[in-house]
Amino acid sequence: MNASGPQESAQPNRLAGAGLIDRIRPLSFQFDGKRYTGFDGDTLASALLAAGVRLVGRSFKYHRPRGILTAGSEEPNALVELRSGSRREANTRATVVELFEGLEARSQNRWPSLALDVGAVNSLFAPIFVAGFYYKTFMWPAVLWEKLYEPVIRRAAGLGRASTEADPDTYEKAYAFCDVLIIGAGPAGLAAALSTARSGARVILCDEDFLLGGRLNGERYEIDGVSGPAWTRQVEAELRASPETRILRRTTVFGVYDGGMSGTHTFAALQRVSDHLAIPPAHQPRQRLWRIIAQRTVLAAGALERPIVFGGNDRPGVMMASAVRTYVNRFGVIPGRHAALFTTSDDGWKTAFDLAAAGVRLAAIIDARSVVAPVLTEEAKRLDTRVFCGAQVVDAHGSRALERITVREDAGRLSQLQIDTLAVSGGWNPNVALCTHLGGRPRWSDAIAAFVPGDVPRGMAVVGAAAGSFSLKDALREGAAAGAAAAEATGFKSVKHREPRVTDELTAVVPLWCVSESKTKAFVDFQHDVTREDVALAAREGFSSVELLKRYTTLGMATDQGKTSSLNGHAIMAALTERAIPELGTTTSRPPYTPVALAAFAGVHRGKHFKPTRLTSGHAWAEGRGATFMESGEWLRAQWFAAPGETDWLTIITREVRAVRSGVGVCDVSTLGKIDIQGEDAAAFLDRVYINLFSTLPIGKVRYGLMLREDGLVLDDGTSARLAPQQYLMSTTTANAAKVMRHLEHARQVLWPELDVQIVSVTEQWAQYAIAGPNARRLLERLLGDAIDVSNAAFPYLACAEFSWRGVTARLFRISFSGELAYELAVPARYGDAAIRAIMSAGEDFGITPYGIEALGAMRIEKGHVTGNELNGTTTAADLGLGRMMSKKKDFIGRVLARRAGLADANRAALVGIKPTDKSARLYAGAHFLTLGAEVSLQNDQGYVTSVAFSPMLGHWIGLGLLVRGQERLGERIRAHSPIRGGDVDVEVVASVFFDPEGARLQS
Amino acid sequence: MARYAGDSTARLGFALMRYSIFNLVRQALSGHRAWGPAWRDAAPKSAYDVVIIGGGGHGLATAHYLAKIHGISNVAVLEKGWIGSGNAGRNTTIIRSNYLLAGNNPFYEWSMKLWEGLEQDLNYNAMVSQRGVLNLYHSDAQRDTYARRGNAMRMHGVDAELLDAEAVRRMLPFLDFNGARFPIHGGLLQRRGGTARHDAVVWGYARAASDRGVDIIQNCEVTGFIREAGTIVGVETTRGSIRAGKIGMAVAGSTSRVAELAGLKLPIESHVLQAFVSEAIKPFIPGVVTFGAGHFYISQSDKGGLVFGGDLDGYNSYAQRGNLPTVEDVCEGAMALMPAIGRVRVLRSWGGVMDMSMDGSPIIDRTVIAGLYLNAGWCYGGFKATPASGWCFAHLLARDEPHAVARAYRLDRFATGHLLDERGVGAQPNLH
Repeated sequence: MNASGPQESAQPNRLAGAGLIDRIRPLSFQFDGKRYTGFDGDTLASALLAAGVRLVGRSFKYHRPRGILTAGSEEPNALVELRSGSRREANTRATVVELFEGLEARSQNRWPSLALDVGAVNSLFAPIFVAGFYYKTFMWPAVLWEKLYEPVIRRAAGLGRASTEADPDTYEKAYAFCDVLIIGAGPAGLAAALSTARSGARVILCDEDFLLGGRLNGERYEIDGVSGPAWTRQVEAELRASPETRILRRTTVFGVYDGGMSGTHTFAALQRVSDHLAIPPAHQPRQRLWRIIAQRTVLAAGALERPIVFGGNDRPGVMMASAVRTYVNRFGVIPGRHAALFTTSDDGWKTAFDLAAAGVRLAAIIDARSVVAPVLTEEAKRLDTRVFCGAQVVDAHGSRALERITVREDAGRLSQLQIDTLAVSGGWNPNVALCTHLGGRPRWSDAIAAFVPGDVPRGMAVVGAAAGSFSLKDALREGAAAGAAAAEATGFKSVKHREPRVTDELTAVVPLWCVSESKTKAFVDFQHDVTREDVALAAREGFSSVELLKRYTTLGMATDQGKTSSLNGHAIMAALTERAIPELGTTTSRPPYTPVALAAFAGVHRGKHFKPTRLTSGHAWAEGRGATFMESGEWLRAQWFAAPGETDWLTIITREVRAVRSGVGVCDVSTLGKIDIQGEDAAAFLDRVYINLFSTLPIGKVRYGLMLREDGLVLDDGTSARLAPQQYLMSTTTANAAKVMRHLEHARQVLWPELDVQIVSVTEQWAQYAIAGPNARRLLERLLGDAIDVSNAAFPYLACAEFSWRGVTARLFRISFSGELAYELAVPARYGDAAIRAIMSAGEDFGITPYGIEALGAMRIEKGHVTGNELNGTTTAADLGLGRMMSKKKDFIGRVLARRAGLADANRAALVGIKPTDKSARLYAGAHFLTLGAEVSLQNDQGYVTSVAFSPMLGHWIGLGLLVRGQERLGERIRAHSPIRGGDVDVEVVASVFFDPEGARLQS
Repeated sequence: MARYAGDSTARLGFALMRYSIFNLVRQALSGHRAWGPAWRDAAPKSAYDVVIIGGGGHGLATAHYLAKIHGISNVAVLEKGWIGSGNAGRNTTIIRSNYLLAGNNPFYEWSMKLWEGLEQDLNYNAMVSQRGVLNLYHSDAQRDTYARRGNAMRMHGVDAELLDAEAVRRMLPFLDFNGARFPIHGGLLQRRGGTARHDAVVWGYARAASDRGVDIIQNCEVTGFIREAGTIVGVETTRGSIRAGKIGMAVAGSTSRVAELAGLKLPIESHVLQAFVSEAIKPFIPGVVTFGAGHFYISQSDKGGLVFGGDLDGYNSYAQRGNLPTVEDVCEGAMALMPAIGRVRVLRSWGGVMDMSMDGSPIIDRTVIAGLYLNAGWCYGGFKATPASGWCFAHLLARDEPHAVARAYRLDRFATGHLLDERGVGAQPNLH
């Protein structure tokens, strides 16, 4: 790529011939509405640089002009809004966006335009807007905080805009298992992958980039006589041919979590499946979340070059030295025409040589170190570049981009250089994030002036630059060795192979954290505008722990999570407080390593697929009958069945209730929980979980039962039927089915493992219909014929039976929630649809009416039956009027704690019925009871209304409630207070059973 | 302890410069060189009238009110790490007083009142922001439950409104009103609810307490208790023995560990709760919104990040980190509620250790050991309680009797059955 000057006016900074881009595939794109061209293989950042665009964004607080600092995912400055409409993505790093045809990007956090941003006026107030300034002001007058100060702050803060429309793309989740997970496909990772793959082990190799190779793509390395990218292609070809190796490009391993196999961990990775395309192809997700479980891990995540803190170090044109090399070598782009290098490491010098090779003569190399290896200075001399050793860049100047720098030479003389690009190298920080997610602390290394991995997650080996080994030779050697060791550790035989030939490199570094003489603002955290002065202020004010420094100044809290800023800030703090850097420690690194879209974590679980929709087997029939459905937990249940022309819900429910009470109705009750309990100790088991006795229940009988939690409060109620000496079928409320199952499993497995009892949920296995009303028996006689005798004598109230009906096992229970003569008929779920149609057809002559859960609810309130509203987790059996059910002959869960004074207190609220004094008044649940005339206050609270319904039989609203000493207050008039809804209603306290209190109907 | 009231010699150290726009501008002209430490980084003395274990929001607030309200300033706050490093710095910053029970509501409303005057009291802008807390409901039964809660709030003079679906839609048009699995039927709104800048609360209390003479001692971990004749008279720490007239524990997630040092077994389990923050975006969500058909709550910080959380991880742990299944569960709730934030990126997630009590409500009480007082069991609602918790704990420490609004927070209520269970979940902290 020698001396080939920039070409093409549209891409003035593009070098001819160079780079890993496909020049026969030009791509057009827009930035801030202006059209540009780049090439396949470009990132948005490289394409913008090629086009000569230097100003890309504005900073968070001061709205300072910002350009492109890096060439990777650590970018703090070049954030854009990518795409538009419902696909708009705020804060997208231009350095990782792959260019695609038609790409649209906009700069953000500026108004009216990027070049002319009014917000930049904030810079004028910079002396006031120091770290934490808002903690010291905006307090007076207090009312202005929400009205003025905060809205202004909120509008000014934030970066990009989120879309206000639902994300239209889909996301997938997947699990993967492997012997060895290799994170990073730079030289160390590729070497590890080669040696592991050759052993036959199952390997997953992940890299966040769309090209494998890592630094090999950005440098001019030679390996075994071929270029880095060429060597990478050879390795990639071999890996692709290896059947047990999976390569995941565009995949960031972003977190390490507890839980894996054989004492290892779960690695979370995000694969950007379609982000390099305008929209995802049909049936393809945008992104895929991987949970990777590996026996061994090789972390080869490389290192991040660190900036140097000096005045104006944020100006567009100041760029990391390694990023400059990447743009030149990988993308064939020169970031500017007049460049200089400011380094404190040998590595930085490569940038000077690479630029020279690309035909850009460097104005100067400024190395902060007084002594530099002669081989470097000689090479520089050969290139005719001025070298300043022991010198520093004091300030960088320019308005919207870099124009000039002030250099303090060794002897103290200040000189000015006119340049548009300054490459900066402050040394490298190993990328140790994934070593620390499980709490491991990194260890300080004086040799490289950076933290290296300390305690690492079990089974993880760290190699190459991530371990602080910065030469290519070391990276290849360590990677190969760790790969072989991982293969051996997972039971494979590693194959010895020749170490590749590479040249030696110089990697010395003497850290320079901060240029002390800078006159202008020197940035530590670019995106959050945290300056050297802010760190100093934090030190003065006592925020000197690294965690307090972070929280007070917001250092390291920007979208890059301090990748380019934390250590510099800590080093400055260490110097100010006269401590060594390792004494300060590090802040805790939290997943994700790079930000992950919320939708990727959610996967398909959104919209209708948020939770499963459970349908009963009678659902299609109910739909056909025009049912209106409502959610009942995950179930959909028929709320009511409107007849043609009916629109008012109260009219419908009234009709349904009257039909049941005068003729016969049918209701799908399949959603109630059903638990099959079998075993020699089934009876004993039920005796222990219910407050009443079940061992005495005869076979072929059903009994109502109540169970308590261990703390003595009611858990759930329901009936249990004894189908055989050692078999019970328990029913639970719909809402508590899972909770009761969990409770029983806990009791069976943990409390009494010695009991011979097996339990299984059969809720989904049986369809069950309540057939209720005076004509219920006649209907069943017609429906069941000879299959079973349902006469009152043969099948009295609370009878149950299992029998064969039309070749199918069916179950019949004579139980009633409505208070009518009622039966529940159960058939295997696959016959549920046929059964309901058969019931309807048998009931035709009796005028059978399907009813929904609203009518069911109204009837149960008429009967004073409790349900979820009363079994709300805070009521005792006595509160519900069921205290006498508590057996004194046996022990049961909750018995002891139910005796506590607070639960046995006579002043507790007890279940009562209420009816409005004015019969036309409507009642509302959630109203609180007050004694008439009492002042409204929580101290005077007498309880609350739990359930209300319009009673079709009584012709007015009725309700159930929990009232202090309620059972002693029947006949009293009280006030149902509901300021939040409906206002106040005077009500009379009555018995909780409103209809057929003797229960004559259900016995009939 | 009246002898310490108004003891001005406790106000040692340096003169604290008042925070104001005037001083800020004045300092801006001189490079902010004159600001001193926000609080004195004190070394432990050999004895104090009161030692508070735990330099979080509750401990520091307790110290502040001990000094300010009760005139007891010979107080040390001992913090094992840096102040605010526990749950004070690991929460979703929500403040509200939308409680149901008579034992809770007045306490949280008192807390809200203290929040409303906090900045002026502390001379520190903790960014208390009453942008509203909206709890969504998705069924009639849930609406009735919220109506009951809203009515209770109104009976105590707390603001509450029951919104229907249309009102919610006007307020938050970007919620999923079309394809939701559990359609939004409405919400319970407390307009006075909102958020506060959690770290600033810690620093504000520390600064104000320190200014009144309280010693804030960081990197000082309690390793044991000193007992004499059955009474606890001091603590052993990593920085030496410290004697005290009374010792108050306000250590949240470390409660069971510290209590164990005193031989106390408490009705508390330690659980992990994760919280999340997204990249900063321009204003999107005005107040706090909670999802009623899953466990998910969200607000947006003044800096622009969406701050959100969900369920406990579901197992006992002291590790301040969470696991992936819960991350996924929380984000599923987010997408079910507001699918417009799907492309917003999660920036950071972290775990805190919650001191889950057996009825979901806190404990501010004496212990069975003379000299040792307990402030614990905040579950994951401790942040909003910070001012009242400090106020009531200070009252208890100073007067040896519970404050009127914290009378229900007795340690023996688990034995007596006078439970304070807002949700009716029972003694199963993993189900809260």
